[in-house]
Amino acid sequence: MNVRDWLALPLLVGGAFFFLAGTVGLLRFPDLYTRLHALTKADNLGLGLVVLGLAIRSPSLAIALKLLLVWVLAMGAAAASAHAISRAALRAGIEPWRRR
Amino acid sequence: MSGPPSAFDWTLALALPALSLYALASRNLVRAVALFVALGLVLALTWAKLGAPDVALAEAALGSGITGVLLVSALGRLGRVDVRPPKGPLRSAFGGVLAAAATAGTFLFLLAPTFGEPAGLRDTVLPRVGETGASHPVTAVLLDFRGYDTLLEIAVLLLAVLGVRAAHGVARTVEAPPGPILAEGMKTIAPVIVLVAGYVLWAGTSAPGGAFQAGTALGAGAVLAALSGAFGQRPGREWASRVLLAAGYTVFVGVAAGTLAARGALLDYPPGSAGALLLAIETGLTITIAIVIRELFEGCSPPPRSDA
Repeated sequence: MNVRDWLALPLLVGGAFFFLAGTVGLLRFPDLYTRLHALTKADNLGLGLVVLGLAIRSPSLAIALKLLLVWVLAMGAAAASAHAISRAALRAGIEPWRRR
Repeated sequence: MSGPPSAFDWTLALALPALSLYALASRNLVRAVALFVALGLVLALTWAKLGAPDVALAEAALGSGITGVLLVSALGRLGRVDVRPPKGPLRSAFGGVLAAAATAGTFLFLLAPTFGEPAGLRDTVLPRVGETGASHPVTAVLLDFRGYDTLLEIAVLLLAVLGVRAAHGVARTVEAPPGPILAEGMKTIAPVIVLVAGYVLWAGTSAPGGAFQAGTALGAGAVLAALSGAFGQRPGREWASRVLLAAGYTVFVGVAAGTLAARGALLDYPPGSAGALLLAIETGLTITIAIVIRELFEGCSPPPRSDA
């Protein structure tokens, strides 16, 4: 394991932790909107950390830039689809959860 | 695959039947579709692990991506998401296991004599790749050595689209546009989609990629454009979509007829222009596949509402 691997390791583990947190949120949050929120947070930050770790270890700059482009596109897709889902849910009449 | 299987390999190998059984046994159709898409992802990883990146690309894009979209669209058309299988979920899963075991057993029985032979057709194909217009062996096999099969595949796709149109009718669904965010997002992403599709098409001659993967990316873009209403509803452009639909097949048949007339054998490309011919054929295929995906999606959508 050289220097780059040691630099990438905490980033990769951090990304995995955010994905785990997002999955826990998906399973435990009380309604659709909070679950969407958990998923998109995990997607953005988790994927970002994983991509950063992989970019550090990548053999060339071109591959690292392509990885970052993948992250940007995935963030855009996650945001657009979360927006579409919550909009459709609001129209279908699903009420946000309220603390009783 | 070389060396003993790693923990990751075992995870993939166990996840495949687990996901399949769970999807088969689900009563909730939404859950079944979601599990099917997840199964597609694991399958794509398995193909990549087995050293078949072209199949992995096709599986991720077509097998779980587009098919997932078609399934969700069909779910919306069904209107119900809970299915009570008449024999109970365990018995339908058992039937699935039995069918899978029978298929696997048949394959093992038929292929057992070939275990221990090296690498299948690789030694036959690789020395002769230079004779074709492509340097990537998969593209060479698909479009040159077995080009006739690909020609017939495109004909089958066209027949499928004809069947879908006959069943669903030609009228386009015209729904209320979903809102400015999706439309603007789609307008921003459309050039990226076209660029990715063009690059995958171009790279297919020397690297994993090619017409089917590029056509799927373009088709996904077409479906997104229809869903987001980014480019407006244009139900009147029938002739354009028909021309584009026929493009791939026409180019392919044209090249086949040309080679038959000029060189006496079907799809016997002249050595100098083989690369250019292959690229022309692949471009036609990409356009046709994109339109096919758009038409299949249209066929799975709910029929037009009368109050649109």
